[in-house]
Amino acid sequence: MSLEPATIRRIAALARLRVEDAELPVLAAELNGILGWIEQLNEVNVDGIEPLTGAAQMALKMREDVVTDGGYPDKVLANAPERAGDFYAVPKVVE
Amino acid sequence: MGYAIEGSTGTWEVVVGLEVHAQVISRAKLFSGAATDFGAPPNSQVSFVDAAFPGMLPVINRECVAQAVRTGLGLNAHINFVSRFDRKNYFYADLPAGYQISQYQHPIVGEGKIEIELTDGSTREIGITRLHLEQDAGKSLHDQHPSKTYVDLNRSGVALMEIVSEPDIRSPEEAGAYVRKLRTILRYLGTCDGNMEEGSMRADVNVSVRRHGEPYRTRCEVKNVNSVRFVMQAIEAEAKRQVEVWESGGTVEQETRLFEKGTTRSMRSKEDAHDYRYFPDPDLLPLVLDEAWVAELKAKLPELPDAKKRRFMHDYGLAAYDAGVLVAEQATADYFERVAKGRDAKLAANWVMGDLFAALNRAGRTIVDSPVSAAALGGLLDLMADNTISGRIAKDVFEAMVQTGDDPVAIIEAKGLRQVTDTGAIDAAVASVLAANADKVAEYQAGREKLFGFFVGQVMKAMAGKGNPALVNDALKRKLSAA
Amino acid sequence: MAGSSTAISLTDLTIAAARDGLRARHFTARELTEAHLAAIARLNPRLNAFITVTGDRALTQADAADTALSRGDFAPLTGIPLAIKDLFCTEGVRTTAGSHILSPFVPPYESTVSANLLRDGAIFVGKTNMDEFAMGSSNMTSAFGPVVNPWKRRQDADAVLVPGGSSGGSASAVSARLAMGATGTDTGGSIRQPAAFCGIVGMKPTYGRCSRWGVVAFASSLDHPGPFARTTEDCAILLGSMAGHDPKDSTSADLPVADYAAACGRGVKGMRIGVPREYRVDGMQGEIETLWQQGLAWLRDAGAEIVDISLPHTKYALPAYYIVAPAEASSNLARYDGVRFGLRENGTDLRDLYERTRAAGFGAEVRRRILIGTYVLSAGYYDAYYLRAQKVRALILRDFTDAFAQVDALVAPTAPSAAFAQGENMDDPVQMYLNDVFTGPADLAGVPAISVPAGLDANGLPLGLQVIGKPFDEATVFAVGAALERAAGFDALPQIRAGA
Repeated sequence: MSLEPATIRRIAALARLRVEDAELPVLAAELNGILGWIEQLNEVNVDGIEPLTGAAQMALKMREDVVTDGGYPDKVLANAPERAGDFYAVPKVVE
Repeated sequence: MGYAIEGSTGTWEVVVGLEVHAQVISRAKLFSGAATDFGAPPNSQVSFVDAAFPGMLPVINRECVAQAVRTGLGLNAHINFVSRFDRKNYFYADLPAGYQISQYQHPIVGEGKIEIELTDGSTREIGITRLHLEQDAGKSLHDQHPSKTYVDLNRSGVALMEIVSEPDIRSPEEAGAYVRKLRTILRYLGTCDGNMEEGSMRADVNVSVRRHGEPYRTRCEVKNVNSVRFVMQAIEAEAKRQVEVWESGGTVEQETRLFEKGTTRSMRSKEDAHDYRYFPDPDLLPLVLDEAWVAELKAKLPELPDAKKRRFMHDYGLAAYDAGVLVAEQATADYFERVAKGRDAKLAANWVMGDLFAALNRAGRTIVDSPVSAAALGGLLDLMADNTISGRIAKDVFEAMVQTGDDPVAIIEAKGLRQVTDTGAIDAAVASVLAANADKVAEYQAGREKLFGFFVGQVMKAMAGKGNPALVNDALKRKLSAA
Repeated sequence: MAGSSTAISLTDLTIAAARDGLRARHFTARELTEAHLAAIARLNPRLNAFITVTGDRALTQADAADTALSRGDFAPLTGIPLAIKDLFCTEGVRTTAGSHILSPFVPPYESTVSANLLRDGAIFVGKTNMDEFAMGSSNMTSAFGPVVNPWKRRQDADAVLVPGGSSGGSASAVSARLAMGATGTDTGGSIRQPAAFCGIVGMKPTYGRCSRWGVVAFASSLDHPGPFARTTEDCAILLGSMAGHDPKDSTSADLPVADYAAACGRGVKGMRIGVPREYRVDGMQGEIETLWQQGLAWLRDAGAEIVDISLPHTKYALPAYYIVAPAEASSNLARYDGVRFGLRENGTDLRDLYERTRAAGFGAEVRRRILIGTYVLSAGYYDAYYLRAQKVRALILRDFTDAFAQVDALVAPTAPSAAFAQGENMDDPVQMYLNDVFTGPADLAGVPAISVPAGLDANGLPLGLQVIGKPFDEATVFAVGAALERAAGFDALPQIRAGA
């Protein structure tokens, strides 16, 4: 599989990364180089193998239903590039 | 023949599936220890986990899992003892992590079913495809500033159950009945308060239309519909729109739409939301349920509306319709049972569904804050049963109870409404009425027997309504035949 | 005690020796800390190992340590100056992850691992430079400039060598004696490869042994916090403090933490040591093969039995890694959107703001990996890439499980070469990725591994040997690592260092 510029545009849009037209040829070459190398996984026989999601071989631990956190709007807002009162502020979103 | 849209080229069947998002009742959020209370000041119930700060990690809340299991059990659904959390990736102002933790491939609850009841008395079974746990997003406020959207993350991370139905629904009425029934079950279970105004229950409505006998056509999803009425209206509006598109030679495109002012429109912000890149959340491990724990949850489930309805019909001899009305809200069912216990259950049902509902309606109150307690209404029924008051007087006493909240006995005593059972007093009243209406007595005795009612009315009037009706009848019959 | 000769010796001490010296009041925590801060002041301009130096804070901590020490109140690390990789969130101290996008970020919380070190009395001298979001094997991708390896080639002393990556700042700082130890994270080799390049010890514990809470995520299922130090015992001491169950991390293991320092003296007599034959790869530096054989001979001499074993899927580890890690990263890095923290570049609307912020905030390698990760998860490609990679990952774990049914630990080289020069391996991303060929498999399997400096190549550059152990059996890894360390007697010093 080889990435066309249109595909790179589509995944860049999904990832919300602005990509300039001038960057596309270099990016395509790099990404295709990586994907080409990855293709060797097709040599592996994975029939009947259960996928491994992570290295931790445990079941999920559960927390009790107790309020232990929150209540510090100043702290969650302290790093915000823009805030309006106790809200985060962004350019208007049209639904 | 059921509901159909009449188009210019023929009739169209409507196919509907609902995805209901029900906010789980819990103190803390699904993956953080922040509070879930409604209406708190902006960003005051936000932990660093909820705001997706760097390095923050989710830890699941046991109660939210329990609530999902209870709901699954309440929907007669299959509980999956191993489930998993996935990330649903998309960018949105109120989705801090850029992904929602949800359950995609392996939900905690599998197939189940809900029985709905329609106004014509028929019932239908609607299949539940699945129920899964997921995080709610924050809230975007678009109306606070001319060029800005404000973001409040208080709701970010609150646990939701997404309950997905099969596309079994065929009319707005069925959809309304489904949502109401689901809400009833959730409220019985105590897993969701079902409060659609506060957004704790919202529906995404999948609508398509087809000719009878056809396979499914393309569906559209109408997002975030927040009342039963709107669900019904949205289906009708969207189905009609689709019929027009098809009939004018067009093609319905699969898309996300918004219900507004009685119509649906395409949602711009969801344009490219079709590639969510789900993958297992590596911060979480498989959720493995302990069988004994699930059994314990099951053992502690309350009686659910269907079972309660059957019991009301069986134990109290109620008609299906009445039983259905009484179990729609758990508080109503409880109230009814307190009134009915040890009394005439049908009479109790009539009073609850008739006079009490009417009074609550007029006062704009619910049964939970009813001015007449179940004990007081029960007392009123007792006073009728032991002939202290007549059914007619009881209506007046009830009105006084609604106005004052007083006990019926106190009202009867204060107003002197106690029924007269003294046969001497009754005989005297009868005698004076007959004496005053000698002409009518003659007519009666000549064969106009329907005048009997007139005499009863006159006697009761003379006794200010307090005469015991049976004794008044007896006395009248005796005197009229003797006269 | 004062004077420059003392200061030199203070920075050369091991953690174990410094701890004893502090407790015996041979020198104060302030003196020890000042010696390291002086070394940082002198050498960091050359090495660029630190993004942020927290001198004032360190001295305050040192004074508190001296107060505790004077009371006889000894915690395991009281008064020990350490460096913290800038991936660990530190409360009130800027944390950048080596990225422009986080350059203004000051965390309002302390990561569990760094909090554990503070609990045990450690002093933090600063936050170390790293590849951006830990994505790199050379430290060339940092938004704060490359880190310099304190070692020089004999033949080509002008060449500026990379320290490896991604924890290159931590490795360079410990090697040059700017800190006695440091934290790192290992996702594909980011502790062990820089440890090998810089001639120090780096330990990646079992997945779940050290909490990830408060560590800026790169690839959640692969990120392993762990320690750097100049000796195996020092690494053991640090890990003993860093490790432990954390209820805030759902993947943290609720298992007892052994006395790793004690395990260093355990020896290898009677152990079965496996030699994975697939780790003999084309293009590996000849001296590395020689050193590997030497290491096996040392262990044999110390009473271990050497067993040839097979990890058949080794060559597929890196391609699988380069699907899984970017996939997770593409999702983990979505939160850097210019709304709640970090950089914001204004745009015409929110979408434009996102795209400009992320394009300006992320460097080229991070952008590449986000694109790869987004692609392999996207509709139609998930099964072919991501799902297949996870199945291969299962096979890699199975390889290790099968091997550990036969042996107690595996020994192999850490990296296929010694440190390379800045600018080398830069043209082709895949060439750079191949640096992790020996380290990636243990990350995919989550098993513990250590890199110990065992010799020099012809150019006088350090080479590391790696010990890989069973899950949660860090003790055996330390025992074998310490045996190699004792046999190797590695005492070469980097050219750039405090006191030199």
